[in-house]
Amino acid sequence: MLEIKNLHAGVEGRQILKGIHLSIQPGEVHAVMGPNGSGKSTLAQLLAGRAGYTITAGEVLYEGQDLLDMDPEERARAGVFLAFQYPVEIPGVNTTYFLRTAVNAMRKHRGQAPLDAVKFLSLMREKIKLLELDESLLKRSVNEGFSGGEKKRAEILQMALLEPRLAVLDETDSGLDIDALKVVARGVNRLKTPQTAQLVITHYQRLLDHIIPDYVHVLHDGCIVKSGGKELALELEERGYDWIVKSPLQTA
Amino acid sequence: MPATLTAPIRPADQLAAAFARQHQSSPAWLQPIRQAAWTRFLELGLPTTRDEDWRFTNLAPLSALPLAPASQGSSANLREVVFATLSGPCLVFVDGHYAPKLSEIGALPPGVRIGNLAATASGEERALAPSLQSRASKQSAAFDSLNAAFFTDGALIHVPDDVVLEAPIRLYNITTSPDAGSMINLRHLIQVGARSRATVIESCLGQTDAAYLNNSVTELSTGAGARVEHLKFQDEAAAGIHVSSLRLRLAQGSHAAHHSLALGARLARNNILARLEGEGADCLLNGLYLAVGEQLMDHHMVMEHASPRCDSREFFNGILDDQSRGVFHGRIHVHPGAVKTDAKQTNRNLLLSDEATANTKPQLEIYADDVKCTHGATVGQMNPEQLFYLQARGIDLDNARRMLMHAFAGEIIERIACLPAREELDQLVWNRLEQNPHIAA
Ligand SMILES: Nc1ncnc2c1ncn2[C@@H]1O[C@H](COP(=O)(O)OP(=O)(O)OP(=O)(O)O)[C@@H](O)[C@H]1O
Ligand SMILES: [Mg+2]
Repeated sequence: MLEIKNLHAGVEGRQILKGIHLSIQPGEVHAVMGPNGSGKSTLAQLLAGRAGYTITAGEVLYEGQDLLDMDPEERARAGVFLAFQYPVEIPGVNTTYFLRTAVNAMRKHRGQAPLDAVKFLSLMREKIKLLELDESLLKRSVNEGFSGGEKKRAEILQMALLEPRLAVLDETDSGLDIDALKVVARGVNRLKTPQTAQLVITHYQRLLDHIIPDYVHVLHDGCIVKSGGKELALELEERGYDWIVKSPLQTA
Repeated sequence: MPATLTAPIRPADQLAAAFARQHQSSPAWLQPIRQAAWTRFLELGLPTTRDEDWRFTNLAPLSALPLAPASQGSSANLREVVFATLSGPCLVFVDGHYAPKLSEIGALPPGVRIGNLAATASGEERALAPSLQSRASKQSAAFDSLNAAFFTDGALIHVPDDVVLEAPIRLYNITTSPDAGSMINLRHLIQVGARSRATVIESCLGQTDAAYLNNSVTELSTGAGARVEHLKFQDEAAAGIHVSSLRLRLAQGSHAAHHSLALGARLARNNILARLEGEGADCLLNGLYLAVGEQLMDHHMVMEHASPRCDSREFFNGILDDQSRGVFHGRIHVHPGAVKTDAKQTNRNLLLSDEATANTKPQLEIYADDVKCTHGATVGQMNPEQLFYLQARGIDLDNARRMLMHAFAGEIIERIACLPAREELDQLVWNRLEQNPHIAA
């Protein structure tokens, strides 16, 4: 589904990703962990199509297509979804209106008829319950004045509405209390099918108790320095990153 | 042939001759007032960019015009005009003169008076005298004097205490004159009594290709506990020059909201002076300006906090394209003793072209303790983070830009309480923005 080969990327004069290799098959859940500043969000944003990065080498194939050659909206329509680490506030753009526009853009791409306001509302009511979000948020501007936890849950609400094939979750667990974490994890797990895949970026093992990864990768200084099964996350929780960084490069 | 006749008539001579005629035809009480105003105008002359209050607003397009009072307009097209479908009293002025055939006042609650000044032979028009002689607004003194010297008519709106006027009162100020240099000077007086409520919508429209000066003064005062909404919709002709003075005086516990929608004119200068005179008054100044081509849109505000516990809010958003310029000057003056003042001011500018400019100047003068004054200004392009977020949800760039633009304008329009006016403006502003080729990347 996703094939990242030798990806090198950075910003003006500064190399951030230094040769990433990662292969994700349908049905899999991959976790990416790593110290602050190692390049996790950069990788996530690059996959979603954020401008401003220079790709100096490598390629990314998504379902056989050159992902890096697609506009952000094309990627989204093709089923790539990024839950942002820091969702941006958009004052003046009503949340319901935004969500309906996004859903209908997807539907149009899939050759489906647009949902009218009534049909959309009932779809949204169903999803919002799943994430235990307050309906009044939908009347507000996108993310404006949302609490940290509300922002994160709203990201997963969007994921539930857009039904992506490849979801990239960038620290969706940070800022969530234990109960909210469970709600979010349940939301994410519901969207897991044999045809979809998830790339979960996190600092904490506790998320991976609920969203169980098939693979765990450690990103350090722009490279994946170690990959393993879910037990690797436990080991990282106990021992930190030092032992990996200091030992010679190895992969599972 | 005498030498004097071969010399070309200078514009100033032409204006002086026009003044003499205006003066002569005025009632006795008004003559000395007009004379004083004319003398003051001659002393002051038109402001230049050396004047701090006019630093960013070059009046060259105006000084090039051969100014003379507009001759009485014949008729104006009101069929497809903005707010045409609203109900309520409606006063139409064409080229500075009241057009009774186009106006409709209808039945009014007892004590409410709505009409044009020139028609109130009862002497009510003398209520204007203090305003005509006021030297309160330094920033617009030359234009206010010009208006006092030449004003031809205006609306008189008097709402006594304890009356709620549901329907908005519409004033149209339409310029149709085909002559370059036509000058229109209207003067409106609006008094809303204690605990009363009223909405006034002033539309300044141009239906001509000529370059003209529309120089209006609106005086609005509220009684204690009154609630007033005043909306000015400015869509002058492309070559028109619009200068207006709005003076608000707020009594204790009253609330006044002024919305300025500036879309038209070659050059538009809005002078707004708000005095919070009574304790606990609150005032909202809310503006949206859209400029293209070489348009210049200037809002110059003075917020006088003269009493304790008053709130003022100023929100101005501008969308500037091509070589246009937006100017925002917001002075907040907190007088001694005006404790617990809460004043906030923001000016946001969205630049759609590299050649557009925004000048924003806050000015805080605080002479009281225990006050809260904040101001903020932004000038920039559309936020790329916001655009990316929308795109990442499958919304194409074109649409994403539209959504942000709409939000930027909508933020201001949303504050208009009068629902039918708000809905119409929302659509109108949106249509105007949609005509802009730069919205698409
Ligand atoms: N636009 C940019 N300009 C300059 N430096 C950048 C830019 N984007 C990222 N970086 C730098 O690249 C490095 C990687 O950043 P990134 O956000 O990918 O880290 P991260 O692994 O997500 O960290 P965290 O765990 O703190 O979220 C950091 O040092 C960051 O400062
Ligand atoms: Mg990050």
